[in-house]
Amino acid sequence: MALLLKGGRVVDPAVGLDAVADVVVRDGVIVEVGQGITIPKGETIDCSGTVVMPGLVDVHTHLREPGREDEETIATGTAAAAHGGFTAVCAMPNTTPVCDTGAAVRFVVERAQEQGLVRVHPVGALTRGQEGRQLAEIGDMLAEGAVAFSDDGRGIQSAGMARTAMEYLAGFDALYVGHCEDESLAGGGAVNEGVVSTRMGLPGQPAAAEEVMVAREVRLAELTGCRVHIAHVSTAGSLELVRQAKRRGARVTCEVTPHHLFLDEDAIVSYDTDFKMNPPLRTRADREALVAGLLDGTVDAIATDHAPHAAHEKELEFELAPFGIIGLETAVPLVVTHLVEPGVLGWSDVVRLMSHGPRAAFGLPEVRIAPGMPADITVVDPDAPVDVDVAWLKSKSRNTPFKGQTLRGRPTEVLVGGRWALRGGEVVPL
Amino acid sequence: MLSCTHILTMDDLTPDDIALILDTADSFAEVNERRIKKLPTLRGRTIVNLFFEPSTRTRTSFEIAAKRLSADGVNFSASASATAKGESLRDTAKTLSAMACDLVVVRHRYAGAPQVLAECMDAHIVNGGDGIHQHPTQALLDLFTMRRALGRLEGITVGIVGDIAHSRVAGSLVPALRMVGARPILVGPKTLMPARPDVLGAEVAYSLDEVLPELDVAYMLRVQFERDAAMPIPSVREYARLYGMNAARLARAKPEMIVMHPGPMNRGVEISSDVADSPRSVVLDQVNAGVAVRMAVMYLLLGGEGSGAAA
Repeated sequence: MALLLKGGRVVDPAVGLDAVADVVVRDGVIVEVGQGITIPKGETIDCSGTVVMPGLVDVHTHLREPGREDEETIATGTAAAAHGGFTAVCAMPNTTPVCDTGAAVRFVVERAQEQGLVRVHPVGALTRGQEGRQLAEIGDMLAEGAVAFSDDGRGIQSAGMARTAMEYLAGFDALYVGHCEDESLAGGGAVNEGVVSTRMGLPGQPAAAEEVMVAREVRLAELTGCRVHIAHVSTAGSLELVRQAKRRGARVTCEVTPHHLFLDEDAIVSYDTDFKMNPPLRTRADREALVAGLLDGTVDAIATDHAPHAAHEKELEFELAPFGIIGLETAVPLVVTHLVEPGVLGWSDVVRLMSHGPRAAFGLPEVRIAPGMPADITVVDPDAPVDVDVAWLKSKSRNTPFKGQTLRGRPTEVLVGGRWALRGGEVVPL
Repeated sequence: MLSCTHILTMDDLTPDDIALILDTADSFAEVNERRIKKLPTLRGRTIVNLFFEPSTRTRTSFEIAAKRLSADGVNFSASASATAKGESLRDTAKTLSAMACDLVVVRHRYAGAPQVLAECMDAHIVNGGDGIHQHPTQALLDLFTMRRALGRLEGITVGIVGDIAHSRVAGSLVPALRMVGARPILVGPKTLMPARPDVLGAEVAYSLDEVLPELDVAYMLRVQFERDAAMPIPSVREYARLYGMNAARLARAKPEMIVMHPGPMNRGVEISSDVADSPRSVVLDQVNAGVAVRMAVMYLLLGGEGSGAAA
């Protein structure tokens, strides 16, 4: 069965494309890209006015299954991913139980094959139970399909243990994903340490709690030769450490989240726990530095850190509520509204930061708008409004600080290996 | 007439509100000196003391204030009941709403809890202390005490000494002093300072002796870190030596300088016994003022003259 995506603006810097063109998909594979194409049999989708891109990937998603299926499942999380324009996600290992064995990785892979609307790449834990004491069975997890390893949510506190993990991973050329938070400095802080923590009487996390560990990770990357990816960079200082490490030739990449790009601590005017995330919202100067990092190539990926939480858990006193917000469905509209529309980023930058960059960092299979490539394609209507409201969200959880906002830039079509995951803006069930 | 419906932080109040509360408290203070200390003003109104952490002084002060205005005061010790069974703050608020109470005084170990109640209840909310954030009626009773002792507030210099970072008393007193034209100076070791004292509008000093001659008020905070695992000071002994108020320091201060303390005092640590019991100490005046100020707050929120919000 052939499919023709007709007349969209096809953007893929990896193949030098940014032009109105037609894309033909047959049997899950892109077979032709050109202009004025018609197909005798099959379906034609009018893509005029839209941007057609290589499928977007989120390398930092919490799917919560197994263990917290009340918050999210592989089925609902991948539905949210498709709704947000993603063709693939990397699933973080801090589930219950922790994804720290080959069997646990296999569970995620198999469940995703059965129920996932988009591709799911499991991330395994670095240490058993993410306790930071003993290596998890990295080799076994790699064999079962883990694409990277992380103690995300905690971060390995011991520098010696982090070194051991990197040494071991380097032997497999596997990726270490660092959650950078020195707990002895973060001290249970609920917000950035500074103006807001002082004014609101909340315990603060200093920027140094993150930066001290970023400095450690990049130095250990250089010591061990391990590929290291710094998750959710939130401060100007962290970004500068990554920038310098890259200049020195360290194998270091990093990601930033939309919430750290588009919100800062000034947004926390009440004790609304949808503004409680880890790392916390930083200062305006940090936020501006992160945006600059998107442009100069220091930042490799925009990743959501999609962290669903049950409403009753978030509706607690600010200090008691869990960290994290959902992000799969708001990422593209936020990027379009705040970066593409004002002309800060072009569409090829969006593809670089949300498709090619993260895939390269995580060593995921390449996706291109080119003949012979799997048809993992995202189509976005840049002018279509998005009302971020409860009825619109497909995630099982609702914890987003962007609730009530009207953004622009709606993903309309998502193809995963030629199969529809999103069509006409509606999620297509399996 | 107060400009606000709730008193969650000092930011809810204007300088005019503060003046009105202090003036109203003045007249209630006189009532408190009578043999019969009761007024019929709030008869039929229900005031709930919702205390999520143990407190004797503050709760009793609010309770006496309510009784002196003839309100029906009820104590709801949450740690011993609903929350201990896992009930959320919002559910507790809804429960109290269903009981149609008029004013809720809330004390909570986490910042922001009074705001949560204000968002989901119809009653007036008074913050009786939330975490390390604020304790506005403490700040008001402190202003009241300073005004009575010194005859003015504008232009006075107040040294707030000790664990500023973890003090809700400091958190509300600094903005309160700024609003009445006084000059707050936070004094203590750097390990006990908030990250950005400048945003509170306060000056910072690390040496009590350096600023002592400038002070009209030495406000000594209770040392609370004796059980802290990561001690932010080398020892209580060193703290007492550097930051404690004693007779020698008092002798070097302005002769009219008063010494205040929110209580309970650690005698021999932040304040020596002779200073605590000296005529320069107004600690018991503060306690006394607490009842009058809280009466004023309740009266003005719940139908005091022209208080439209509560009518």
